[in-house]
Amino acid sequence: MKFSPRISIITLLMLGLAAVPLIADSIDEPFYTVLFSRMLILSIGAVSLNFILGFGGMVSFGHAVYLGIGSYVVGIGTFHAVEDGVEWLGNGFVHMAVAVAVSALAGLIIGAISLRTHGVYFIMITLAFAQMFYFIAVGNENYGGDDGLSLYMRSDFSGLLDLSNDNSLYYLNFGFLLASLYISHRLTNSRFGMALRGTKSNEQRMKSIGFPVFRYRLVAFVIAGAICGLAGVLSANQTDFVSPAVMHWTRSGDLIIMTVLGGIGTLFGPVIGAIAFLLLEELLSGITEYWQLFFGPMLVLVVIFARGGIDGMLAALDRWWIQFSPKKNPEGD
Amino acid sequence: MNWILLLEQTLNGFQLGILLFLLAAGLTLIFGIMDLINLAHGSLYMMGAYFAATFTQWTDSFLLGVLLALPACMLFGVILERIALRTLYTRSHLDQVLATFGLILFFNEFVRLIWGPIGLDIPLPELLSGSVELFFGIRYPAFRLVIIAVGIMVAFLLYLLVSKTKIGMLIRAGASNRQMVSALGININLLYTVVFGLGTALAGLAGMMAAPIMTVEIGMGEGILIITFVVIVIGGVGSIKGAFVAALIVGFIDTVGRSFLPDILGLFVSNDIADTAAPAISSMLIYILMALILAIKPQGLFPPKGA
Repeated sequence: MKFSPRISIITLLMLGLAAVPLIADSIDEPFYTVLFSRMLILSIGAVSLNFILGFGGMVSFGHAVYLGIGSYVVGIGTFHAVEDGVEWLGNGFVHMAVAVAVSALAGLIIGAISLRTHGVYFIMITLAFAQMFYFIAVGNENYGGDDGLSLYMRSDFSGLLDLSNDNSLYYLNFGFLLASLYISHRLTNSRFGMALRGTKSNEQRMKSIGFPVFRYRLVAFVIAGAICGLAGVLSANQTDFVSPAVMHWTRSGDLIIMTVLGGIGTLFGPVIGAIAFLLLEELLSGITEYWQLFFGPMLVLVVIFARGGIDGMLAALDRWWIQFSPKKNPEGD
Repeated sequence: MNWILLLEQTLNGFQLGILLFLLAAGLTLIFGIMDLINLAHGSLYMMGAYFAATFTQWTDSFLLGVLLALPACMLFGVILERIALRTLYTRSHLDQVLATFGLILFFNEFVRLIWGPIGLDIPLPELLSGSVELFFGIRYPAFRLVIIAVGIMVAFLLYLLVSKTKIGMLIRAGASNRQMVSALGININLLYTVVFGLGTALAGLAGMMAAPIMTVEIGMGEGILIITFVVIVIGGVGSIKGAFVAALIVGFIDTVGRSFLPDILGLFVSNDIADTAAPAISSMLIYILMALILAIKPQGLFPPKGA
């Protein structure tokens, strides 16, 4: 197999991610495990968004809704498990099943209405739905309203996995990230995924060949929502806290930024983007309190000049490598 | 039901609608002509409020403050358009959303750096700080009436500008076919700058009008930006008439819903449930309205012709 800088870098990145807790423990900085754990969770969210945004061309500006749904499933479940002693409500498998089901249902309703519209209308109506869910959470005083809800326990996996250990939680997140990457890879290369990508490049043509474009899009929308709902479950466990802020509209914006920054419509792009986003936030906010003063214009520059995101740059590196690498067999071909 | 309260809230709703119209008119023009989704429109509103606050402090007069802030806003918009936004016109909506989202982050931080993290209060001029007696002994704050009057005046001037003048003709032509306008030898880039400056001035004016009745603070443009998007989407993106009608509807439903929904819900369910559910539902009303309208008319109430 030919050497490719892009594939090597991505492989190193994934291996590095697998080793984060070990390294963090050995240098006695458990903070890094938590930071990278957050990156993994948002990566899952970005991977799911990329599935509809990058491959399906649906610019959903309300994807954080599902993070919120997943988080509140854990928040509300554990709340009753602790307050009322209903043990099964604290069970992690229940949380995941319910989060996936509710997210899928929400995706079905939001998608069924939003996908009737196009372009800027679609962007705005997904945003509007996200706002609705946001205000439901804000108005719900029983579960903390605006202030949110602190978790008294993490999801309980009946002895299989102890989430109170940050390293276990990290590897759970990592496992789910790998799973979501695998699903994304299989789906985008399936017949379904190919048809979905077709609807992105030419909707009219796909319709004329006889593909039910609306249904394909709706199914993709529901799948993306369900996966992101799982990320919400993990996120609540990570922060031990749920509040309407998880589904604030700027969160949806952040997810879009991660996806585009990393490389839209590529398998690993969203992961790279999520890591780059949080690393930048961490680095810049360490240097100056006014870090967004630099982050904002950087986004503008990325949009204007670096189309294809970081993954696009890696691909350019690949092309450069092929062009300039010494040929092993100068007389060949 | 309390009729005086209803009338008062109707006026409040009307006043919110007018503010929304000032914002929506600029946003819808910019989208209609340049095909640009400008998330940073709310930041222009915020800048307007901050400019007005600063100039009012310098001159000790709110009126002078506004008169100085208006051209400042316009200049600010023109510079922004020239530096950052011009390259985005031909880009995809996704690129535009991202870049202008980045601008929001920048402006919020910029304001924090210059004016500090604490909000500012603009004192009302004495003449306008009292209330005026309307009919039947109903009193209403004078300044809110001024907002309504200014808004109606601006709407009327905008109508004259767009439908009766040469520049308005170009704007309308640009909205329906950009290539054709530029092929006919019109300097389309200049037109873009003018439209953006106009939109900025309108957004800034809304910020200045809102400044004395709400606190001037960082992020003040974001909440109202989303409502403005709801307005232009309901009205049909690109249509000023649509923006006007939708702004009044949204302003009315939002304001009246917030004050009367608990009572209305109380007719159907128990008061306890009504009291807990009403705040959430009343904040959702306009989004529900938007979802309903788009489900029936995916292009809004007044879809632009030729689109």
